[in-house]
Amino acid sequence: MTGPALQLRNIHKRYGTTNALSGAALAVEWGEIHALLGENGAGKSTLLRIAGGLERADRGSIEVDGSPATIRSPRDARRLGIGMVHQHPTSIPSLTVADNMALTAGWPVRPAEVRERVARLSGELGLPIDPDAYAGRLPVVLKQRLEILKALAASARILLLDEPTAVLAPIEAAELLTVLRKFAAAGNAVVIVTHKLREAISESQRVTVLRHGSVTFTGRSDSESSESLYRAMLGSDAAVAPAPARRIPPADSAPAIRVQALDVARDGRYGIALRGAALAVFPGEIVGIAAIEGSGQRELMRAVAGLVHPLRGVLDVRSPVAFIPEDRTTEGLIPSLSLAENVVLGMGAAAPGVNGALVSWKHVAAGTADLVDRFGIVAAGPDAPAGSLSGGNQQKLVLARALAGVPPVIVAENPTRGLDVAAAAEIHRRLRAAADGGAAVLFHSSDLDEVVLVADRLVVVNGGTLREPAERNRELIGRMMIGAA
Amino acid sequence: MAGVGRLREYAVPALIVAGAIAALAAALGIAGYDPELALGALWRGSVGSFDAFASGTLVRAVPLIIIALGFALALRGGMLNIGAEGQFLAGAVAATWLGTHLAGWPALLAIPATWLVALAAGLLWIVVPVVLRVKYGVLEVITTLLLNFVAEALVSFMVQGPLQEQTGIYPQSDPIAEAARLPLLPGTRLHLGIGVALILAVVLWFFFARTLAGFRLLAAGSGPRAAALAGRIDVTRMAALALLVSGALAGLAGATEVGGVSYALYPNLSPGYGFTAIAVALLARLHPPAIVVTGILFGALETGAGAMQRDAGIPAVVVQAVEAAIILALLLADARTHRGRAYAGAAA
Repeated sequence: MTGPALQLRNIHKRYGTTNALSGAALAVEWGEIHALLGENGAGKSTLLRIAGGLERADRGSIEVDGSPATIRSPRDARRLGIGMVHQHPTSIPSLTVADNMALTAGWPVRPAEVRERVARLSGELGLPIDPDAYAGRLPVVLKQRLEILKALAASARILLLDEPTAVLAPIEAAELLTVLRKFAAAGNAVVIVTHKLREAISESQRVTVLRHGSVTFTGRSDSESSESLYRAMLGSDAAVAPAPARRIPPADSAPAIRVQALDVARDGRYGIALRGAALAVFPGEIVGIAAIEGSGQRELMRAVAGLVHPLRGVLDVRSPVAFIPEDRTTEGLIPSLSLAENVVLGMGAAAPGVNGALVSWKHVAAGTADLVDRFGIVAAGPDAPAGSLSGGNQQKLVLARALAGVPPVIVAENPTRGLDVAAAAEIHRRLRAAADGGAAVLFHSSDLDEVVLVADRLVVVNGGTLREPAERNRELIGRMMIGAA
Repeated sequence: MAGVGRLREYAVPALIVAGAIAALAAALGIAGYDPELALGALWRGSVGSFDAFASGTLVRAVPLIIIALGFALALRGGMLNIGAEGQFLAGAVAATWLGTHLAGWPALLAIPATWLVALAAGLLWIVVPVVLRVKYGVLEVITTLLLNFVAEALVSFMVQGPLQEQTGIYPQSDPIAEAARLPLLPGTRLHLGIGVALILAVVLWFFFARTLAGFRLLAAGSGPRAAALAGRIDVTRMAALALLVSGALAGLAGATEVGGVSYALYPNLSPGYGFTAIAVALLARLHPPAIVVTGILFGALETGAGAMQRDAGIPAVVVQAVEAAIILALLLADARTHRGRAYAGAAA
């Protein structure tokens, strides 16, 4: 061993107009578990994918075991002893565990020998698995175990795991981390991507924190560093937030959103995402939701928007609700359809040119042209496909459509994701104008700074529980978001 | 919706059709036939005379148009109904069964009654694929396709069993009652089915282009996730309904064929209408009025093929090669210009 297990220096990566990584770095020693920590969109997955050969950096250098390495494909990475464990399984569901491992490791296909090798490997590592089970039929925890075994079967010495505990129950997560500790202690190296601060502190020897594509912290992860860690995660400026609560709703006004003792099931998975939530949003105010991904805020917002049915509790929301979904190209718009058609999609019977069950596309086009004007959307015209618009203009279209009907309630999920500063400011201004016009706005961004900037009042969601911070202090809020306060 | 876009939308298929016919002429010339004689026969046999056009081409176009309209409806909702052939046969069986029991009925009741049972039979024939798709995510492409073979077997069984003619000699049914036969345009073999096809085309055009439900179907087919979240559309229900109607329409085509052309059930009742109609719908870009045009075009090609075989000695199957070439060229052209843009997105 001539140097650190894995060293990435000055890595730059751009997607279109977004800088995913600008000068990021990562140094992993042999024998350690290294946590890569950061908020949603901080660039941690991108960095991992570059090390695993799934993406290529625009600029920067990689060294493996002290020597310069070129990683153009997962195959290159595998040859260098780097194994990647994805968040979503990459096994072939119709093949058995043994066949999947033979395929990845390039073992000769001799069934008896393969099964014996699988059994030996899984025994050595303490990761039991049935070699004859079909990969597609395995429960989630075993699917992940298969991914790990596949990487190790290909003799990986550096294991990269993208949010390995996100899909696991606490006891399963603990078992996995035990195995990883053993693997690292045997002189190998492990990188785990996580946004759970406590996990990073307790399970890793060292930690690197990414924020907006750059490293804001790197060093030992012990409990003393937790303070600097979450500052690094959430931004160095830990000062008290600007503008305190801007308006106090009149005492006699009724809330436009009233939620009490609300339980909501986890989106797409088993379990409860939100427990006993209580919330009231009044006309004229923007309530910001501060939360780390997967805390239950998504389910809360979708329940308020009427898109998921809560398990129990009171959900009293004025209608119509304008919902601005997180992913504008798959959830908000249909890119192959025209602007006019997308306006009808979102507004339905309330769209201009729609009269009951009938549509006059000429009038829809005129109404759309009007919206395009009013919201300053740059587009070839109402008949242009929505997919031809830039991200910012697509989002303006989603917003224009949502606000055109002057809805009493607006639910906005990460509405500025991927937008540049000017486009984001424009979206903020529009939301504020809607609130001034009497709408109750429920707003979430995965960027805490943005929530603090935009919201009149803040609510923190952590582990499915809603709490209001005692004061508008972003340090306190940050701690509450990760369950440390 | 834009004028220029629309023009281009149809210029490409028109050029492809012209090119395919020119290629046919060239291929025939190379193979040693007389292209002029062949194309002349094709022309005369299909559109060269009023009788050829009305009694040949249009009669052939009726089932193609009705089935293609149903196919277009389903595909607009993102569903591929490859089983129209089977639904057509199911409709034909039902219409024959009822038609042979209607002696003495007034035509005004008998004809709609056969249409109703045929619609129901076509719908029934697609219920299983719809349920499998909605409940278990089984691809409708496969299930509808496989049920075609079952339908063929059903017809075979019927004409040798329950529906076989009284004399019991040939594998065919007795002729249906006079009352159940569709009126003809005097002096031709053109039957009332053409009216059904045209009315359906107008209704579907109106549904696609002028109604909110028609647009929601398009949205469900083009972007199911956005349709459900931003449009609050019950995508599954939309797709299921579109498939059911599509199956029912193919069944109806079975009734117009039995009631207007064959008057009885035979094993080879359909020369592949259910498959040719897919080409008809795709060439028309799922646009109902255009389906009438392409249905007539394919009707003409297939009718003219018979004349070409008689007069120029060229096997009629070459026309199927022409049809296939048209569709392949069209798919290729779309893959280049639309780059993955869904077919469904081109309609409305």
